[in-house]
Amino acid sequence: MPSAEHHIGAPRSRIDGPAKVTGAARYAAEHTAPDLAYGIVVSGAIARGRIRSVYAAAALAVPGVIQVFTHENRRRTAWLDYSYKDDVAPPGAPFRPLYDAEIHYSGQPVALVVAEDYETAAYAASLLAIDYEVAEHETDLEAQRAYAYVPSKKRSGIPPPPSPRGDAEKAFGEAPLHVEGDYSHAIEHHNPMEPHASTVIWEGDGKLTVHDKIQGSQNSQRYITSVFGLKADDVRVMNAYVGGAFGSGLRPHYQLFLAVMAALELERSIKVVLTRDQMFTFSYRPHTLQTVRLAADRSGALRSIRHDAVAGTSRYEDYQENVVNWSGMMYHCDNVALTYTLAQIDTATPADMRAPGATTGVFALEIAMDELAERAAMDPIALRLRNYSDEDENQGKAYTSKELRECYRVGAERIGWSRRSSVPRSTREGRELVGFGMATGCWEAYLQKTAARATLTPDGKLEVATASSDIGTGTYTILAQIGADGFGLDLADVSVRIADSTLPTAPVQGGSWTAASSGSAVQAACQAVRETLLGHARGLHRSPLANAGIEQVEFRDGRITFASDPARFVTFADAMRAGGVDKVEAEATAAPSVVTALRYVSYTHAAVFAEVRVDEELGIVRAVRIVSAVAAGRILNPKTARSQILGGGVMGLGMALHEETMMDHNLGRFMNHNLGEYHVPANADVHDIDVVFVEEHDDKVSPIGVKGLGEIGIVGTAAAIANAVYNATGKRIRDLPITLDKLL
Amino acid sequence: MNNFEYLRAESLGQAAAAAADPATKIIAGGTNLLDLMKYNVERPSRVVDITRLPLKDIAETEAGGLRIGALVPNSDLAYDERIKARYPLLSSAILAGASPQLRNSASTGGNLLQRTRCYYFYDTATPCNKREPGTGCPAVHGQNRIHAILGTSQHCIATHPSDMCVALAALAATVHVTGPNGSRDIAFGDFHRLPGDAPEIDTTLRPGEIVTAVELPPEGFAANHTYLKLRDRLSYAFALVSVAAALRQEGGRVVEARLALGGVAHKPWRDEAAEAMLAGKPASPESFAAAADHLLRDAKGHEHNAFKIELARRAIVRALGQAAAGTPQSQTDKRIR
Ligand SMILES: Cc1cc2nc3c(=O)[nH]c(=O)nc-3n(C[C@H](O)[C@H](O)[C@H](O)COP(=O)(O)OP(=O)(O)OC[C@H]3O[C@@H](n4cnc5c(N)ncnc54)[C@H](O)[C@@H]3O)c2cc1C
Ligand code: SF4
Repeated sequence: MPSAEHHIGAPRSRIDGPAKVTGAARYAAEHTAPDLAYGIVVSGAIARGRIRSVYAAAALAVPGVIQVFTHENRRRTAWLDYSYKDDVAPPGAPFRPLYDAEIHYSGQPVALVVAEDYETAAYAASLLAIDYEVAEHETDLEAQRAYAYVPSKKRSGIPPPPSPRGDAEKAFGEAPLHVEGDYSHAIEHHNPMEPHASTVIWEGDGKLTVHDKIQGSQNSQRYITSVFGLKADDVRVMNAYVGGAFGSGLRPHYQLFLAVMAALELERSIKVVLTRDQMFTFSYRPHTLQTVRLAADRSGALRSIRHDAVAGTSRYEDYQENVVNWSGMMYHCDNVALTYTLAQIDTATPADMRAPGATTGVFALEIAMDELAERAAMDPIALRLRNYSDEDENQGKAYTSKELRECYRVGAERIGWSRRSSVPRSTREGRELVGFGMATGCWEAYLQKTAARATLTPDGKLEVATASSDIGTGTYTILAQIGADGFGLDLADVSVRIADSTLPTAPVQGGSWTAASSGSAVQAACQAVRETLLGHARGLHRSPLANAGIEQVEFRDGRITFASDPARFVTFADAMRAGGVDKVEAEATAAPSVVTALRYVSYTHAAVFAEVRVDEELGIVRAVRIVSAVAAGRILNPKTARSQILGGGVMGLGMALHEETMMDHNLGRFMNHNLGEYHVPANADVHDIDVVFVEEHDDKVSPIGVKGLGEIGIVGTAAAIANAVYNATGKRIRDLPITLDKLL
Repeated sequence: MNNFEYLRAESLGQAAAAAADPATKIIAGGTNLLDLMKYNVERPSRVVDITRLPLKDIAETEAGGLRIGALVPNSDLAYDERIKARYPLLSSAILAGASPQLRNSASTGGNLLQRTRCYYFYDTATPCNKREPGTGCPAVHGQNRIHAILGTSQHCIATHPSDMCVALAALAATVHVTGPNGSRDIAFGDFHRLPGDAPEIDTTLRPGEIVTAVELPPEGFAANHTYLKLRDRLSYAFALVSVAAALRQEGGRVVEARLALGGVAHKPWRDEAAEAMLAGKPASPESFAAAADHLLRDAKGHEHNAFKIELARRAIVRALGQAAAGTPQSQTDKRIR
């Protein structure tokens, strides 16, 4: 018999799993329409300059080619930069596809070839000849570092570095123990399995239905209406299934613009799917040059923290992330100075990629902490506990919860930390050196304003609806769990409608806020339905629940039952009949509490541990074990939760050992733009990843006590592995990825 | 991808006649050719499908070796009982490459003729002497982590990417070919060529010549061999450096050695002089290091691949050690012994 909390907290399989594995789930590129035309994007060859001319005659002459769109014949679109700004655009002038002859970066779209079928479009695209006027470019961040600047406009939601506190420089000079190092990681691309794609269905009369690869249907919807001057009612965007995105789908990308433009121009349905190479032409985790300087007294207490970062951005937008603030908040220290500047290179604008900023900054800080532990002759965990802080040191606010101590304890136990030798290069097994490393992970726990609707019908079926997305995280499943527990239903009795711009307002799925935000909204909507339904039940003639309050009743088995006397109940159907309704529907909104925000901050924490084996002569690293101990408030579904941490862990492993987009600075072009040469970890690289959630009760972070798990799995992982490599080999590698040549 | 005509070859003669036309390409498994066509690197106006030709057998030869038909899939070859027992080096090298799905599709002949993985070669927005002779070689001053250290020229520093071919070079296989002017045999070491001033030409095949089979001599070095592949992830990546090593030994001394490297040159790099240095020497790290130094005597690195010289030296020593000890590298457990 379903009890009050039957599904929440239980390891439930994804309710959309069967549709995904049988192919019934349709992704953006898999929708079709009568008379569908196909568009192939032609990518530019140079890094900077102008298009002198486009020779389209040969392409246009191919039978079946409908049109070749370029800057010369594109549709007129909005004039102001403002109109091109989507919900998460950084400050600047967003890139406008096919706007003019200007080339801003290599791989920029320069034409869209539309034909009756895909093959014809692809063939015709290969016939397009483009003549460029080449200008000087610079794609090397090192070269541009001299021109780094503090962005004049801050990106919404990204806190700039706090003002310095104390005197970090002086304290550094006075303290007995120091470490200082330069850190960097390679440019990384998100590389979700599903390429970006948009299928735009022309419904007639200027109405469009769009299936887009996006992390928020309403973001695309607003972008389209704003750029093309369309009425909100005429554009419906859906993103029913998203095959991974990791941030690459937060902003609408050029394939959407091009598909909509062609559909409007040709008054026809059209599909545009990017190739894997083209997945390297719009967003990436920026190259960031960091310097961290720490000083401590002999007890390991931090006396000075300085963290400076120069991050790459494009020439047209000031993309920003929070890279350095972590260094001011995670540990107690009175003297802190943090800087974050940007330098422009001729590439597309970088974009949020799983735990943007934290992944970058915490990697540097947590390696520096490992170096400091050695300098202080302390265990790395002991050093972190010595500097443990119960408040966000930047803002002087308490955490709504922080069970990080427990993460350290449990993680250390699971990895077998006691086996670690504090002397690097002192443990061997056969030809391999053995090493252990650890790092702290941290990510903000957000709640974003989100609306949801719940509808209960007399047959005991519930529908919950919100425009939120499921980018593979399990949104469908957790919303079904929350809805089911609201009324004591089976999961199968709940239908979840999400991923549609016509549904109640929800933000893009990012920042790990979806479970907390849409979950709280759904719970609130269900609560409103429960109250209305109870009202109807009370109104029944001689109602057994006549005086019952909402806390006194339970909803289960299709009935509202008096908790202390199960013989007193009213069925859902009878209650609705009494109320003269055939359904009960309510909409509710969850939003962050302003009062809580005045006094508290909320973060998810993790302690990540790694055990590595390094072939001493050949430099090959195997990360044989990773333990991720996470404190993330309430875990709605341990199964989907674990998957998120596993995925983050694998991505962190990739960052540590494999992933690197290589730029040819002479050509200003990324060169290894395919999955054969851009190395994400393969199964052989991924060994044992142990995920453990520590108990954490938090009644302030969100109405449902949830913190979110999408990004915490990657933060700290690369540092833990790099620290383990040091412990194994005695080689401190501060430039990721740690490829074998760096260990020879 | 361009439009092309498709022809299914009914006979070897027909295929060879068709392939003599430079605008025609032969297709076997298609795992390389189709990718290149999608990237507009290869733009054949006609594709001749040879997969129906009777070139799918592995047969005993009179000399006591095996003759492998050009259409034997890489997987079938690797798992063939005779290959596993008599030429485990070949089996191991094949299993070190690509993925199961690719190996199921890839053919023996296609593996020999697969083209380099140089990033520039695959990207038609960039110059490349191999793709478009005379346009230059951006890899020399560009991203050259995966490029060659031996036998390069100023015109091209690409590598041959095959694993299987490294084993075939070490085993001194022979390539059987048939062309419009009849059949001939090519020693494996003469099949692939160095870039010189014509990097657009990968092999010594003449126009219209089709690989029909690869023949293995009787000696398979089944007791003492290894294929050691070092790469940027533990599976599904091309070799930075790979070593096929095979030994015949007696009483702790090397009688005969075979040593070929992958990932370092425009062809599988077998060095007979280095092999000869080992003959008669004790099977010791010192002799192995001396052979490695000799093999690498002319190695030349570029900005991002200079590490390959030292890596190759260490890999050769390790591989010869594995071979001497009779403990070949496992291709399933990725731990290097
Ligand atoms: C992602 C990826 C990873 C890979 N990783 C590896 C790896 O790690 N190691 C490795 O060794 N290989 C690897 N490969 C390459 C793979 O082994 C080759 O693609 C395959 O062997 C080619 O065989 P095929 O039959 O498919 O050739 P096809 O693609 O059909 O043909 C390739 C070339 O050979 C020519 N050709 C084919 N058969 C004959 C013949 N009988 N006579 C004359 N010419 C012929 C064709 O005209 C064409 O030019 C990888 C490939 C991919 C796509
Ligand atoms: S190395 Fe060879 S294949 Fe690569 S760019 Fe140079 S010429 Fe082309």
